Amino acid sequence: MKKYLLFALALIAAPAAAETVAITGGKVVIGDGSAPVEGGTVVLRDGKVVAAGSDVSIPADARRVDATGRWVTPGIFAGFSRVGLSEIGAVSQTNDISGGSSAYNASIDVVPAINPKASAIAVNRTAGVTRAVVAPSTGRNIFAGFGAVIDLGQDYDAITKARAFQFVEFGESGAAEAGGSRSALYAEFRSMLAEAARYARGPVSYDSDILTRSDARALQDVINGRVRLVVHVERASDILQLIKLGREYPRIKLVMVGVSEGWLVADKIAASGIPVIASALNDLPESFESIAATQSNIGRMKRAGVNIAIGMINDWDQTQLRYSAQYAGNLVAIGKIPGASGLSWDEAFAAITSGPAKTLGIDGRIGSLRPGRAGDVVIWDGDPLELSSAPVMVMIDGVQQSLDNRQARLRERYRTPEEDTLPKAYER
Amino acid sequence: MRIALLAPLLSIAMVGCAASSSDNKVQSNGSAETDKTERVRFSDNPYPSTYKPYPSAATVITGATVYDGEGGRIDSGVVFLSGGKIVSVGGPDTAIPDGATVLDGTGKYVTPGIIDVHSHLGNYPSPSVDAVSDGNEVTGPVTPDVWAEHGVWPQDPGFSRALANGGVTSLQILPGSANLFGGRSVTLKNVAARTTQAMKFPDAPYGLKMACGENPKRVYGSRRQKPGSRMGNLALNRQTWAKAVEYKRRWDKYADKGGTPPARNIGMDTLKGALEGKIKIHNHCYRADEMATVIDMAKEFGYTVSAFHHAVESYKIADLLRDNGICSAMWADWWGFKLEAYDGIPENAALVENAGACAIIHSDDEDQIQRLNQEAAKALADGRRMGLDISDATAIRWITYNAAKALGIEERTGSLKAGKMADVVLWNGNPLSVYSRPEKVWVDGALLYDANDPARRPVSDFELGQPGEGDVK
Repeated sequence: MKKYLLFALALIAAPAAAETVAITGGKVVIGDGSAPVEGGTVVLRDGKVVAAGSDVSIPADARRVDATGRWVTPGIFAGFSRVGLSEIGAVSQTNDISGGSSAYNASIDVVPAINPKASAIAVNRTAGVTRAVVAPSTGRNIFAGFGAVIDLGQDYDAITKARAFQFVEFGESGAAEAGGSRSALYAEFRSMLAEAARYARGPVSYDSDILTRSDARALQDVINGRVRLVVHVERASDILQLIKLGREYPRIKLVMVGVSEGWLVADKIAASGIPVIASALNDLPESFESIAATQSNIGRMKRAGVNIAIGMINDWDQTQLRYSAQYAGNLVAIGKIPGASGLSWDEAFAAITSGPAKTLGIDGRIGSLRPGRAGDVVIWDGDPLELSSAPVMVMIDGVQQSLDNRQARLRERYRTPEEDTLPKAYER
Repeated sequence: MRIALLAPLLSIAMVGCAASSSDNKVQSNGSAETDKTERVRFSDNPYPSTYKPYPSAATVITGATVYDGEGGRIDSGVVFLSGGKIVSVGGPDTAIPDGATVLDGTGKYVTPGIIDVHSHLGNYPSPSVDAVSDGNEVTGPVTPDVWAEHGVWPQDPGFSRALANGGVTSLQILPGSANLFGGRSVTLKNVAARTTQAMKFPDAPYGLKMACGENPKRVYGSRRQKPGSRMGNLALNRQTWAKAVEYKRRWDKYADKGGTPPARNIGMDTLKGALEGKIKIHNHCYRADEMATVIDMAKEFGYTVSAFHHAVESYKIADLLRDNGICSAMWADWWGFKLEAYDGIPENAALVENAGACAIIHSDDEDQIQRLNQEAAKALADGRRMGLDISDATAIRWITYNAAKALGIEERTGSLKAGKMADVVLWNGNPLSVYSRPEKVWVDGALLYDANDPARRPVSDFELGQPGEGDVK
């Protein structure tokens, strides 16, 4: 009977080894922006959070994990990444980020390309990252395809939400994709959406010079609002144009990513209700569309009431999702600089856990330790935003994860560089 | 006689030699010095530093935790700066001079100015557009004739961020890694200036950028040029060094014996300087096996490597690097973006330190140069987690004294020792914490950044009149 149950669970892709666990005595961070709870308890059952905080009753069958002196938090949720889509970015055979010159654009879906055994998944899991937004890059037009939300677990069952969003490039990159100008980009965007609408009215007779059948079909869920449209945009004027475009297409659910100049128009972003996955520390005019970049950007948008999360677009987004925590810590640091705007610790931690989940409308499922959320829990040896801290235990969907990876194996092999009686190749 | 005929055709920078060397020897009472001053000579510093320290006030910081940059730590320390120099550094009993501005450093930290041994600020500046991308002379794999300083744009806004967020007071700008011999580097003081020469660290040795591995063979191999393989990299390196040895030999012979001066070659001048130990070699090299090969190539031609840069596999040969006295300039945790970086591990710097070799944390990046302190902190934490015993003060040495040593400026900056340049950072907390930032930064005693004073914050010409001008970035 028990065996049968396990089998049934496996069939519906629930974590087969999810235990009932009670993590006690730690400093518990819920991840929703609330203050940490000293000496709190987190209970997980069937891969989900049952309860977290103080006054939590512990089930009799629970394995107890003592986290006294440690921090207990939801796993880090990387708000924007390309993890799992490449093993080594510069080795093209391993790199599935962009469709390149393929005939497919909006209809591309990252799901079949994601490799849960990519080294970067294990490396970032070891650093406490348990979920990630994974986006494709553009190929031949402004639409890059469907991105997904994944977990960084050690099994092959990585997909949390397929077709979580469609990704599109605006601004300088989008203009380049559209042939060379922002004007061309807007013309392309509007005409592609018009073609997609025409497809909806008559799929059988649909024929188009500018949008293939498969891409037209892919855009249906975008124009009817079932799939969010994540838009990369940086310049303030581009942000305002996008807000205007959002009013023109009220059914499209927009999310902005990048948004380096957001603070210049923060009140208008807030009024639009469009959530933002922002780069945290960009403070250079790295391009002409981010002349006003400042590390105060997120703090100022937050103060203006923008729904904000931290993401890492085009910033080591294949390998270094673990920087999310360092970036969040820096936003706490700049709050102490006169004239700068940062985040409180609680806000900063929420920006890398529940924040990304909220921008994509999946905060009911993942991103915090509120009841019913996925059992993604990290026990840290110190403040998770501090540089000296590291996870001592990582659970994903209630399953304890290996903290081993290639880097750890190399480290142990070369603990002393000198060879022993056999070559290093025999040390493992 | 032949020399006299040639003289009018040569540069006015040279001193013609009207008589044969044997005549000279007789006429100068056998003095070799006199003899040599009459040879054709060229300026070895035609674009000198015009940097002058800005006015400074005598300043004392009291009650701070002091990391001296050489691995020392003083609690409740006193640091006294005057006349652009560090005058004294000591414990709470250190005498506080009259008339100096006293800053209460209680709860704060003092370090030497941070030094980045590998930066492209100015030659790959912001904005990142072709018009100002001047870091690689990608027209041939051997370009020791190009000088980074001739492609550095002093208005790069990145300099100000490195100062304000990173406490960086000196930095080396290198040519890129497209070429085997990328050209000369330049070491700068991180001061806003109208000209690059006004940023040059006075009398700092030049560096020569070399590159191993994937980049040169990819850039030129894809054009069906040499080098198209690592074999080609080494072959072209060795051929070039052989020419340089010959070039140096001709000049040495001329210096010794006179005769017709050799034809001058600007690129070979740089290589000759490297062979003479006057120019420091900074070799971009990821893989352990390639570093080992370069070490032997250096021995073959008689030069030394100052530092391997991006040395992600130094941990595999930390013993060899120690025994050869070569520094490793490393990122804390970059890895995996290219195959030669696949084996990067976050314990690299700590393992190099632990083996007794010279460890440096570098940036090669306009963002990470703003937080080298944080990168050092991560590398330290990863080392400790594997059980290595490394002090906080040692981690600060990775971004100060050791970097200065690789640049050949360690007698003048890089640590808080009396008589050295007053390049100093006052941090608002422990610089090894993510929650700390520079509060004040002095360069040669001049207060060039103050978190509490918007007037002490450089704004480059490029940013003037733009949205966010003068913002705390």
